[in-house]
Amino acid sequence: MTSPPLDLARRPAPRRAAGRRRSLAGWKFVSPFMALFALVFLAPIGYSIYLSLYKTKLIGGTQFVGLQNYSDAIHDSQFWTSFARVALFLVVQVPIMLGLALLLALAIDSGRLYGAAFFRISVFLPYAVPAVVATLMWSFMYGTQFGLVRDIDKHFGVTLPDPLSPHLILASIGNIVTWEWVGYNMLIIYSALRVVNPSLYEAAAIEGAGQFRIIWSIKLPALRPALVIATIFSIIGSFQLFSEPSILKHLAPNAITTYYTPNYYAYSLSFDGQQFNYSATVAIVMGVATMIVAYAVQLRGMRKAG
Amino acid sequence: MTTEPLETVQTANRGRPRNATPPIRAKARRASQRPRKSVTLTVLCAVMALYTLLPLAWLAINATKTQQNLFNSFGLWFKGFGFFSNVSNTFSYQHDIFGRWLLNTLLYVVVGAGGATMLATLAGYGLAKFDFAGKKAVFAIVIGAVAVPATALAVPTFLMFSKMGLTDTPWAIIIPSLISPFGLYLMWTFSADAVPAEIMESARMDGAGEFRTFFSVSLPLLGPGIVTVLLFNVVTTWNNYFLPLIMLKDQNWYPLTLGLSTWNDQAHTAGGDVVFNLVITGSVITIIPLIAAFLLLQRYWQSGLSAGSVKG
Repeated sequence: MTSPPLDLARRPAPRRAAGRRRSLAGWKFVSPFMALFALVFLAPIGYSIYLSLYKTKLIGGTQFVGLQNYSDAIHDSQFWTSFARVALFLVVQVPIMLGLALLLALAIDSGRLYGAAFFRISVFLPYAVPAVVATLMWSFMYGTQFGLVRDIDKHFGVTLPDPLSPHLILASIGNIVTWEWVGYNMLIIYSALRVVNPSLYEAAAIEGAGQFRIIWSIKLPALRPALVIATIFSIIGSFQLFSEPSILKHLAPNAITTYYTPNYYAYSLSFDGQQFNYSATVAIVMGVATMIVAYAVQLRGMRKAG
Repeated sequence: MTTEPLETVQTANRGRPRNATPPIRAKARRASQRPRKSVTLTVLCAVMALYTLLPLAWLAINATKTQQNLFNSFGLWFKGFGFFSNVSNTFSYQHDIFGRWLLNTLLYVVVGAGGATMLATLAGYGLAKFDFAGKKAVFAIVIGAVAVPATALAVPTFLMFSKMGLTDTPWAIIIPSLISPFGLYLMWTFSADAVPAEIMESARMDGAGEFRTFFSVSLPLLGPGIVTVLLFNVVTTWNNYFLPLIMLKDQNWYPLTLGLSTWNDQAHTAGGDVVFNLVITGSVITIIPLIAAFLLLQRYWQSGLSAGSVKG
């Protein structure tokens, strides 16, 4: 990126209104971002919508089919299976992860911990680990070849349930995702706690409020925006679930189908099945669903605040 | 978004790193009202820290084992010491391709994450500090974009890039990495508070243009925010997997993540070479730079994050 020649920006504007001068300056800062944004966000979205209106048939080539792809998606049981799976994942994993993150943030902020700085950074470290590496690592540990599950079985003479079996794999993925993101969410919540004005605590303490009362009446309301943001990011993350199942698939081919998550389904449709048009449709439906859920959460979060 | 002078002063205090001298108010709080340390609470948090650190310990321990020892030793204890031979095997395996993947990852990170941070800083500052026609629309579109799932974009982006001849080139990874709506959001909230309007005004009075003001006056104040956004962008780019997976066929352009998963997949294909020890060692090499960056830059990004979360 090269910045525009300085004299352009430096040109004095005595005769122009201050508002108009700023108007131009603002766009100068924003336009490089917006130009690329148009290329990598707006253009693909537009193209995606265009693709979703066509269908490639064996006879007759690519044809305009209107909303037929959408009606196919609505009647597609594989799509709904994958959708229900990520919805279940969302409802179970996200509250566990955010609950842990909230408790940790409150504990670290309380000043009652020995070595709080150590906990803050050690819980956050998994965020720096790529999802690929996290999944590989956990899959090794889950595994029966040289994993911890095998070690425990061998040393204690027990048979633990196989984390890679079809009925446990979703929980196993949930564990990986929780491990990866709990520290990140903790940090977002913790940062929001740090900016609460301490005099509020003093005032509450003078009026005889205990720790739990302070948490309930001061800290939690102050955390609402941060929690809403963390929830929205977690919803988006759950609906986008891809790396973890796609890497675990090699270990558990029977448990993980090509339509295990909507994202995986869209991927398989286009890169294994060459059904680009239908894949774009599935992706759009998921995108709209994500935005609706995220928006509903935001509305609800904000309404409570008011 | 303009800030009252008073609020700006307070925010400067809020955003300060933890280990700097605390403001007087916080000191008083500590002396008068800070509760006693709790062993119970510490133990509970230790359990959580164990959960996050144990897998990393497992990875580090097993990176020291030969493939054979992986299979016939206890996972959380050492057997033999082959870390250095593992490292040299990781780099020499398949005609030294791991080094190439490492360089590719660095390229994607330096250009992609660096560029994304620059664009987000400029745009966040522009949104926070100027009023201009269409500003609300810009903000709404960008924030809405955060909720668009990666796949909704991945397939059309792939098809578009393939028509433009960009797939299987580094550009396919770099160009999409240049846009970070979250980075923009963070820089917007951060610059709103970090750069007082009076300072900008006095720079303008001295005859400095907007870009001159930005580079010489505002940029230094934006430091912690920039470090924070840069680190988040670095992590995102370094950890990128989905985009390279669909964009790249040529292994010579793979980043580390895609390379490692390819090596791992070999074990599950008929006749494939099983190299678990190299996958584990390669994983350790992949995460060390990021963990080092987070530890070294801790105080900068944490203060940036606190200040950025004022608006929430």
